[in-house]
Amino acid sequence: MKRFDNQINAGSMADIAFLLLIFFLVTTTIDVDKGITVKLPPWDDEQILQPVPPRNVFSVKVNSNNELLVRKEPIPISRLKEHTIEFILNPNQRGDMPNSPKKAVVSLQNDRETNYETYIEVYNELKAAYNQIWEEEALKRYGKTYENLKREEKKSIRKDIPLIISEADPTDFALK
Amino acid sequence: MAKFSRGKGRGTPKISTASLPDIIFILLFFFMVVTVMKDSELKVEVNYPYATELQKLEKKSLVSYIYIGVPAQRFRKKYGSAPRIQLNDSFKEVKDLKLFLEQEKSKLREAERGLMTASIRADKDVTMGIVTDVKTELRKIGQLKVNYSSKPRTDDL
Repeated sequence: MKRFDNQINAGSMADIAFLLLIFFLVTTTIDVDKGITVKLPPWDDEQILQPVPPRNVFSVKVNSNNELLVRKEPIPISRLKEHTIEFILNPNQRGDMPNSPKKAVVSLQNDRETNYETYIEVYNELKAAYNQIWEEEALKRYGKTYENLKREEKKSIRKDIPLIISEADPTDFALK
Repeated sequence: MAKFSRGKGRGTPKISTASLPDIIFILLFFFMVVTVMKDSELKVEVNYPYATELQKLEKKSLVSYIYIGVPAQRFRKKYGSAPRIQLNDSFKEVKDLKLFLEQEKSKLREAERGLMTASIRADKDVTMGIVTDVKTELRKIGQLKVNYSSKPRTDDL
């Protein structure tokens, strides 16, 4: 008498799983989604320009040759961070820098021919400056690193030292 | 008398392969969780710039990608070598951004729509002109949360 073997042959199961695995390996990518997060200002057709006293403005201009002009002074990009920190905190109470970090405004202007890489580097340095200041403030106020603060604590620091980067319309020297 | 036959089944026993599928399945699930589906084929060349102050984009479904770069080698003949914008699977213009973001938004639940992030994935060698145009358009549309995709940099400037 013929007996039926009721077991399903599981040997091919591995092959099926392998095929699925290879399919996923091919169709997917492991790229981490990281970047500099920015909040753009809302668009206004008639742009209202609030006059800001010059002592509170940290102007950063980048030209088409990717050179920096910070407060009318050419500096290399590697020194941008320390300049920014000095400006915001104004440790020597200089008259041409803001008397409180709350009032500091970073004004960033680039040319249409500026390299995107340079722009990101500049933005990165400005953000790094603020991150460092927040970090120091967090240690001073709460004795913790900024990352470990509670939401309200972070908020209060950010309220006292707000990150304001205003981006002016880019210059366009190529056409003129 | 019944006698159990020994000796017959001796020799080297076979290794059970029954657990092999399970192992492979675990591998499969691992890859499914860790990786991301390729959402579109890149038609522009994008080499990300480097930065240090990076933030991770948390939810993939809330992110819309805007690629900016020079068309890939095989498209140069047709599209030239000036930087172009790629949305989904095709070359697009700045004015197409509005419709694109509208479509992306409609895929989301109502509560999540405000949380959408536009990820600008631009090549590091493009000039700011085209990026500024995109930024201006995003501001006009009202998509203000933007992320500039970059790779982590470890060395100093």
